[in-house]
Amino acid sequence: MSKQSQTPKAAPAPSRSMLLDWLAIQRNRITILMILAGMAMVLPLVANNYVLEILTNAWFYVVLCLGLNIVVGYAGLLDLGYAAFFAVGAYTTGILTSEFGVNFWLTIPVAVVASMITGVIIGGPTLRLRSDYLAIVTLGFGEIVRICARNLEITGGASGLIGIERPSLFGLHLNQINHFYYVFLALAILACFISYRLQHSRLGRAWQYVREDEDAAEAMGIGRVAIKLYAYVIGAIFGGVAGCFFAAKMTAISPETFMFQQSVLILVGVVLGGMGKIPGVVIGAFALVLFPEVFRGIGSMRMLVFAVVMLVIILYRPEGIWPARRT
Amino acid sequence: MPLLHVQDLVLSFSGLKVIQGLNFSVAQGSIASLIGPNGAGKTSVFNCLTGFYRPDSGSIRFAERSILRKKPHTITRQGMARTFQNLRLFKSMTVEENVMSGLHCRTHAGALAAIFQTPGQRREEARVHRISQECLDFVGILDKKDWVAANLPYGDQRRVEWARALATKPKLLLLDEPAAGLNHNEKIELIELIRRIRDELDITILLIEHDMGLVMKVSENITVIDYGQKIAEGSADQIQNDPKVIEAYLGREDDEEA
Repeated sequence: MSKQSQTPKAAPAPSRSMLLDWLAIQRNRITILMILAGMAMVLPLVANNYVLEILTNAWFYVVLCLGLNIVVGYAGLLDLGYAAFFAVGAYTTGILTSEFGVNFWLTIPVAVVASMITGVIIGGPTLRLRSDYLAIVTLGFGEIVRICARNLEITGGASGLIGIERPSLFGLHLNQINHFYYVFLALAILACFISYRLQHSRLGRAWQYVREDEDAAEAMGIGRVAIKLYAYVIGAIFGGVAGCFFAAKMTAISPETFMFQQSVLILVGVVLGGMGKIPGVVIGAFALVLFPEVFRGIGSMRMLVFAVVMLVIILYRPEGIWPARRT
Repeated sequence: MPLLHVQDLVLSFSGLKVIQGLNFSVAQGSIASLIGPNGAGKTSVFNCLTGFYRPDSGSIRFAERSILRKKPHTITRQGMARTFQNLRLFKSMTVEENVMSGLHCRTHAGALAAIFQTPGQRREEARVHRISQECLDFVGILDKKDWVAANLPYGDQRRVEWARALATKPKLLLLDEPAAGLNHNEKIELIELIRRIRDELDITILLIEHDMGLVMKVSENITVIDYGQKIAEGSADQIQNDPKVIEAYLGREDDEEA
């Protein structure tokens, strides 16, 4: 990274060949994306259920990691309680479908609103804090949500909710793993698309200004608290929606799914791949899910090996797996 | 009615009075300076004006509205922009992106507009690019718009700060030691630029500066402060011959004898 930033980039002369180069790069990028998407689409035809289960889980973590990436990567806020938003979404769907018989698809907008409200409640008072205090507060908040879920009657207490209805889509009852594979693949693609659009917008730039220098951003007329809250709430929506589909896939949820370790795991995915970089975060999420499976053979040692790999990456590549590139 | 009117401003840090009852005003369309010896409280005044510090008491009226204890971003939105004494660029971003930050408060697109790239959002983005480039052109570094800010030579980094402040469409521009670290030629260009900002863009200017040559050349009205109080005010000629000012800068004669 340091090497790249040392070479000053000459102002590009608007020459014809450079324009063609740029177009070629863009076309290559689109081709690569198309090939990857095609591979992801046909995979269920060749893979067995075990592999599909793992990959579905990976797409699910892609959504969660991209959601947290908006908070941590874009806005630079350390959030240690992200599982709380995921829990809010999952429990909203769980309660509404199993206790009130609401159609699954109708629970999504409710979950979106619920996660937004939760985001504002936790973010509103705490985003004035500097980042290390924020980490502690979010950690506490994550635990509060889990403990509430554990003790409230409506959330089914420690045993959680069971018998959550599986949704139908255009008359197709979603009950097989390849159905859910496609659902989570679609969610992941949508999450990538939204992240990309947000990153390259007025809002995305504002997050970056606030992340780089809060005071300078304020002096330029950017209200840092409002901008951070925006990131926090959008991140919450990603988590909430992922939670809805998680509940529908699992048909049962319990408070133990939303432990502190879950929040840390999602954060690890973001940091591992490279904060603020969409392909990096996707790779991070995959690494998170695939690593323990690939090394299942070594049994209980695998978490130790995972930890060592994490440490090595953080020591030698603190910016994450994906290379930093400035345009 | 002056554009900026400061009355009885008091600021203290845990009992230490940094500004003690300061009064001064800046006329619409003028180039004014705030000078004083080191530690006189000049930057503190700037920080009070722009909302970074909260004064204990007094009143600050800008464009006929009170801006006392408003948040910095609200004050910028109302038309007061500033630069920093130590450059505060967004270092890892490009020059153009830095300047685009100034347009945040003059644009509105939210998350949904960005996700769907509505026609309004696209027009707005185009406008942001156009105005940013105009501002860069005005300060003379449009050719470097795609450079990463941290890689620019120091003098050009200063220009990025000015362009960024201009992009907020201010009525009043506060320059905190704009000549610090500039060489002789760059200072001459700075004087010309300050005049152009006022004459062509119709922006009132208030600056803090240590370079007396520059202050005397460019300012139409000078306020001198010492120990957080105004000790003199007037044109360059008046200030240069004011015994109180000479005393503040050079000390009293009997001080030296003692």
